[in-house]
Amino acid sequence: MKMEEKFEPKIVAFLCKWCSSAGSDLAGVSRLKYPPNVVPITVMCSGSVSPNYIFSAFKKGADGVLVSGCHPGDCHYMKGNYYARRRITLVKELLDFIGIEPQRFHMSWVSAAEGAKFTEIISDFVKELEPLGPQNKLRSNL
Amino acid sequence: MKKRIGYFICHCGINIAGTVDVKRVSEDLASYPGIIHSEDYVYMCSDPGQSRMIEAIKEKKLDKVVIACCSPTLHETTFRNAARTAGINSFQCEIANVREQCSWVHKDKVKATEKAIKISKSVIERARFNESLEPISIPVTRRALVIGGGISGIQSALDLANSGYEVVLVERSPSIGGHMIQLSETFPTLDCSQCIMTPKMVEVSKHPKIKLLTYSEVQDISGYVGNFKVKILKKPTFVDPDKCTLCDECTTVCPVAVPNEFDLGLTRRRAIYIPFPQAIPATYTLDINHCPGLVPIACGKCADVCEPKAIDYDMKPEILEEEVGSIIVSTGFDLYGKDEMAEYGYGTYEDVLDGLQFERLCSASGPTMGKILRPSDHKEPKEVVFIQCVGSRDPEQHCAYCSKICCMYTAKHAMLYKHHVHDGQAYVFYIDIRSGGKGYEEFVQRAVEEDGVVYLRGKVSKIFEENGKIRVWGVDTLSGKDIEIKADMVVLAMAIRPSKGADELAKKLKIAMDKDGFLSEAHPKLRPVESVTSGMFLAGAAQAPKDIPEAVAQASGAAVKAVNILSQEKLYHAPTVAAVNSTLCTGCGMCVDVCPYEAVSLAEGKANVNEVLCEGCGTCMATCLRAAASVKNVTPQQVHNMIIASLEG
Repeated sequence: MKMEEKFEPKIVAFLCKWCSSAGSDLAGVSRLKYPPNVVPITVMCSGSVSPNYIFSAFKKGADGVLVSGCHPGDCHYMKGNYYARRRITLVKELLDFIGIEPQRFHMSWVSAAEGAKFTEIISDFVKELEPLGPQNKLRSNL
Repeated sequence: MKKRIGYFICHCGINIAGTVDVKRVSEDLASYPGIIHSEDYVYMCSDPGQSRMIEAIKEKKLDKVVIACCSPTLHETTFRNAARTAGINSFQCEIANVREQCSWVHKDKVKATEKAIKISKSVIERARFNESLEPISIPVTRRALVIGGGISGIQSALDLANSGYEVVLVERSPSIGGHMIQLSETFPTLDCSQCIMTPKMVEVSKHPKIKLLTYSEVQDISGYVGNFKVKILKKPTFVDPDKCTLCDECTTVCPVAVPNEFDLGLTRRRAIYIPFPQAIPATYTLDINHCPGLVPIACGKCADVCEPKAIDYDMKPEILEEEVGSIIVSTGFDLYGKDEMAEYGYGTYEDVLDGLQFERLCSASGPTMGKILRPSDHKEPKEVVFIQCVGSRDPEQHCAYCSKICCMYTAKHAMLYKHHVHDGQAYVFYIDIRSGGKGYEEFVQRAVEEDGVVYLRGKVSKIFEENGKIRVWGVDTLSGKDIEIKADMVVLAMAIRPSKGADELAKKLKIAMDKDGFLSEAHPKLRPVESVTSGMFLAGAAQAPKDIPEAVAQASGAAVKAVNILSQEKLYHAPTVAAVNSTLCTGCGMCVDVCPYEAVSLAEGKANVNEVLCEGCGTCMATCLRAAASVKNVTPQQVHNMIIASLEG
């Protein structure tokens, strides 16, 4: 009989173009290594990440969702990440309310100079998701 | 109409192909909906690579292309231009980053290949609904504003004016010149600072293209790149510079004496004063905060003695409105003051000075006419202790950053001191000596070798006054010995900070500051003179501590950046801006509140986007409850499709 395959969490990462996407580029340029579980989606600003995107990702089978923007105070658009931060706090509470493990959703601040931090965040996120197993609560296409 | 999409994956030598099975990706994508053409090529960015793409677009009548290659920050422009050459709109070309975000960060070829497929599919989903867009054109007001009249502002203003553009130079103090005009000599050449500064100041004052507004402050700013409207408050000086003959009679009768800012309190000035003899504009200013009173006139002596009747007590503040196309911010620095730095007896003991005060003591135009004398008893100090990193490189208590110029100016101070007082002894307490720069290391060595300056590696623990001497307790960490010096004078190399009020100005200009309050550049390496707000540039120590040559170089750089804008007939703005579907819009106004650029307004109960102001951040899109707002080519529909592709692919 075939051994059961190791659970590989699927992660969608919304990265702002100016800081976090640039930070992930730096991780690449520096040839740092992190697990390939994340598919990045570059958006203009973390402030443009609607809660709908996050729920949509969970609905389509994401086991974890990451939103990463510029550090507070460093937003390319001055205050987009402040809006993101407020919105994300509410999303977190809502996820908790509907019974999704809060560890499945992360918000982080990664600057264009923080390739190593990006690497660490992804590696830690994957490690955190592994014991949780697949996310089935919101998944619509089972 | 059915979409005809072309997909190209680049090997990038082995940079991508080493970890991603590009053949498999290209084969897999060939059957993806909408893909008419799929291929891999060794270097897509090469000329033959681009030609393959152009030919495929023409031959197979492709209307969209996705290139899987390096980060879009590198070759997006290359491929978009090639797409245009092939006859399709440049916004129909999208980049899938399979190098920095995939091949370079993974080792497992199977998994990396799967990820590359997901990334590619998700970007194809974005491209599928991309609109063809044309850049938005805006007119340009071909003149510039420079804020701050120190060496950086002066250099920027001169460079702009000499390029043929009108410049408005705003300086808040009564004269231009900034801190550089206060210095005695400059490292590493020991050039007299005033001698090299004053010709530039005169050039500014005589330049037909420069409108100089001193004693003025920027009050309000509106508009956008190419078209700023600036309100400037011109404070009354109560002296008509055209009538004033600089006879100096007014100061002899003025009964008020207050600390002179130019000499950092080492001397006193009158309420009516000229900051320094070479001041530009060459005229007096009546300091209303210290004058006994104008309403009603409490004293009136200065007007009485003024023969040319230059003094006008009825002068009122004026608000000037200027239209400019670009702005250079060069608001400079201040030294850490006694409010921040109570250690080392600064502000308590008269003979403990900061670096700028010591400059004034050395300066031929200074309070002692260039003789180094103790402020307390006017005696020549025979032992002087210089302390570096006062407030700098001290993350627990003060500033974490290095103030950059202190190592050099302390070496200069010690050297100048020895040149004035031949039998004196100079000691320097330091943490490290940072003397990177042309001729800088040699300069420090010269201080040690020729002028016998004693460098002690360590920090000073305590300073106190005893019997007319300042006792300095410290440690020399190289020998491990405690040091005690009975000094006659102590000079502190205070940390450099952004100038007071720079934070308020930054808020008005909507340009970002870093954690220390210095103005943030758009990119630390590649855009060091641009602010994040387009059309606004940074010069000098307002951005970070820097020495004169660096400030001048940055100022010239900023001027060229400003010319990039001013020399255009029209400017083009990225068309990926927000749009509102007015059928869905309920006019709730939430998008108006969140827009960082005040680009959204309500007109007839519906949100309306000013495409010129909009930067396309999408905050409105995430805020809109009715999904009426979206950013072109990153619409919620596109993002949802991207999510699906990235999870199912």
